[in-house]
Formats: sequence, structure tokens, C-alpha cells
Amino acid sequence: MKELRDPAAIRKLLGDIEERAKRLARAPRLMEVCGTHTMALFKHGLTPLLAEAGVEMVSGPGCPVCITPNAIHEAAIAALTGTEGLTLAAFGDMTRVPTRKGSLQTAVPARGSRLRLVYSPEEALDEARRDPARDVVFFGAGFETTIPAIAYTAKQAADEGLKNFSVLPALWLVPPALKAVLDAGEIAVDGFIYPGHVSAIIGAAPYEFVARDYGIPGAIAGFEPGDILLAVRSVLDQAAEGRPEVALEYARAISREGNAVARKLMDDVLEPFDAVWRGLGKIPKSGLRFRPEYAGLDAGRRFGAPGDEAGLDLAGCRCGDVLRGVIRPEGCKLFGKACLPDSPLGPCMVSYEGSCLIHFKYGPVRRART
Amino acid sequence: MCLAVPAKIVELDESGQGTVSYLGSEVRANFTLVPQARPGDWVILHAGFAISVMDAEEARETLLLFKEMAAASRR
Ligand code: SF4
Repeated sequence: MKELRDPAAIRKLLGDIEERAKRLARAPRLMEVCGTHTMALFKHGLTPLLAEAGVEMVSGPGCPVCITPNAIHEAAIAALTGTEGLTLAAFGDMTRVPTRKGSLQTAVPARGSRLRLVYSPEEALDEARRDPARDVVFFGAGFETTIPAIAYTAKQAADEGLKNFSVLPALWLVPPALKAVLDAGEIAVDGFIYPGHVSAIIGAAPYEFVARDYGIPGAIAGFEPGDILLAVRSVLDQAAEGRPEVALEYARAISREGNAVARKLMDDVLEPFDAVWRGLGKIPKSGLRFRPEYAGLDAGRRFGAPGDEAGLDLAGCRCGDVLRGVIRPEGCKLFGKACLPDSPLGPCMVSYEGSCLIHFKYGPVRRART
Repeated sequence: MCLAVPAKIVELDESGQGTVSYLGSEVRANFTLVPQARPGDWVILHAGFAISVMDAEEARETLLLFKEMAAASRR
């Protein structure tokens, strides 16, 4: 849809946004929750354009690679280095996160073991089907967008009675994290741009508490420049009119109801628990783990569970503060010096949705009017 | 990692397995999360799974809206 990048339409939207921002009592600060939105905002140069229009954008905790604490990354490394004849299958970004034990990429696998990069969890399942003598562990990391695919794969393995397939879960729920950010009160947020593809699964309802209990407007957005600007305009309209809601500005791709089939599958296999996030700490009901009937699929039970420690970050890395929106990446002393995309010291410099990598690639941001 | 993309369904079988066309190539995809999907539909594809079926009518409306905004800006 090239129309959603048409410079004339973008100009029109930016004009609308500037006019609305001026009418508000103070310069609005909006949080884009999703790392893919951060990426799109920077890639298309929208963050500085929005700053000129009087809207400050801050990144939220929407990068699963980043918010997975090092204890879980280290458990994945321990499985690969400590068990013979094992395949550790993972999404590419997850394999480069630095820990005290190196990364999955730099770790030396045990005899006969190997790391395998996959695009879909089904590829890992296929390997377990092909080679019953080999243990296959899928490092299952993601938000609601990805969780149904992982739940499907796990359920399939259980249904087929595959004994050699398991999942190391790092499964995160977005709405509880938003509540944690709001309750922490460290930064004032005047509106949210909600993640389009998380919402494809959960729909609009799980964000409604933000409008109802906190009086903060928001809009679900797609990933084209025009999509994001439409959502920003909608948030400012809501703020001006004092009627916060959860607007859907991505109706061509998702519905307000989300995907009930996917949610049922998640619910069949997984249950919520109080999970620890990098930077945000323990958040009530913010993670998913296997239900007791499926507990045998949990790789942590077979190859060693992640420790409880949350403070295992490499010295000096402030990824946790970046994830809370308390500092920008440039505020980390290591940014662009000791910490670079080729030699990252934290996951925020690894992931394509990580704020540090995005800021490094696309340059500094001008501040909004204060 | 969270990237999800629009892709067009080429074929799918009863078990929910099939292929989509994405950037000119055919890619395997799992459709069990979108049982209502049919060949020819556009879906949002993520990690090998179709997670949502796109709404052609809404897509047309978005397109029209942007054409109007572009025209308004040129005037
Ligand atoms: S720049 Fe590197 S060290 Fe600093 S917060 Fe980001 S990832 Fe961590």
C-alpha cells in the first residue's frame, strides 16, 4: 500500500497533528509500546518529524528479546552446552544476547549438540519428528503475536506423543506490562500507540483499563507511516475531547475482537504467572507457563530451570532503564562506545526491535517542545 | 523477530497447512489459527503462522482515505 507512504498524505497528517498538539495544555508524550513501531518511526524519520510537530514519542517495553531476563538466556546456553546430542532451536535475535556465559552464538555446544536458527517453531517440531533420538528444545520467546504458534507446536508434540521435543518458555503478555509502567509512574505518558500484531490476537478489550482507570487515550496502529500517524492523530483527538478510548486504526488487518481461536489454544496449553521482566521486575500475571497437563513439555524441567536472579545484566548496561522509558539509549555511557551492534553488551543493542540498535542505526532524536 | 507481514494464500489443505505468496516467492504457512481463511485471501503472517485474515473492504477504505488526504494536501 504505497498510498500509506505518500508524502502529500503524510504532510497532511503531520499538519493535523501539529495543530492538535498546540491546542493541548502541554506537549503530549506518547509511548509506542511495540519495538516494530519504534523501528518504523525511526526508519521513516517520523520520530523527529513528530517532535517538530510537538509530539514526543518514547519507546515502551515491546521487544521480547530485550525484556527476557538474562537468567532465561543463560538457561538456554546451559542446555546447549551441558547436554549431549541436543538441538537448541531459536529465533535469530535470541541467539546473540550477551550474558556472563557468552551468547548462544559464542557458546561451545556439548558433543553432538547444535544451535539451529528457525523462522517458525514448526521447523523445530519437524526436526524432533525426523530424529527421535535427538532432544530438540525450542527457545520459545515472544508476545501474544507469537505465543499461539508456540502453543500450537507444543500441543501438536503432546498429541503426537513426541518425547524428545520441549520448549524453554519466555512468553510475555503486553497489557500487564503497560499497567506496570503506569503504576511505576516514572514517566508521564499522555497516550499509547498499541501494537498492531499483538492486538491481532488479543483484540482491543485488554487495553480498555488504560482509558477507563487511568484516563489515557490510545490507538491500535499498523506499521506503515500513515498507519502510525493516523493513530497519533486519533490519540490527540481523544485527549482534546477528554474521551479516552481504545481506537482501532488498523481495521484492514485486525478486528476489535482479535483471534478467538488463537486465544483458546493459548489458554488450553498455558497459564499466567507472575513473571520477572528485565528492567521492570516481577509483574503480576505477566508471563505464561505450561499448564500442569503440559508440564512435561517445559524444557526447564528437563535441562535446568532459569534461576530467580534478575540482576545478571552485564556491568554498565542500562537496557532495563531504556525499556522503562526512563532514559534514552544515548543516556547509557556505553552506547556507541563499548556497546555497538557488532559487539553488543545488552539485548537492546542486539534486537532489530531494540531501542539501542534502532537509535544507533538511525541517529539522534531532537527533543519535542517542552 | 516480531515482524509480521501481509501475504496472499496460494493453497491450503484440510489440516491447515499450505503456502502463501510473499514478495514473489511461495512460502509454507500454517493456517490453523484462521480456519475461516480461503485461497486468495490476504493474511498477516508471523513465524510461519497466519494470525489474521485481512478485510478487503477496510483496506479499500483506508486507501481512499489516504488518497483524499493526499489530494487535500496538494490543493
Ligand atoms: S547501549 Fe548497550 S550497554 Fe547501553 S543500555 Fe543499550 S544495550 Fe545496554
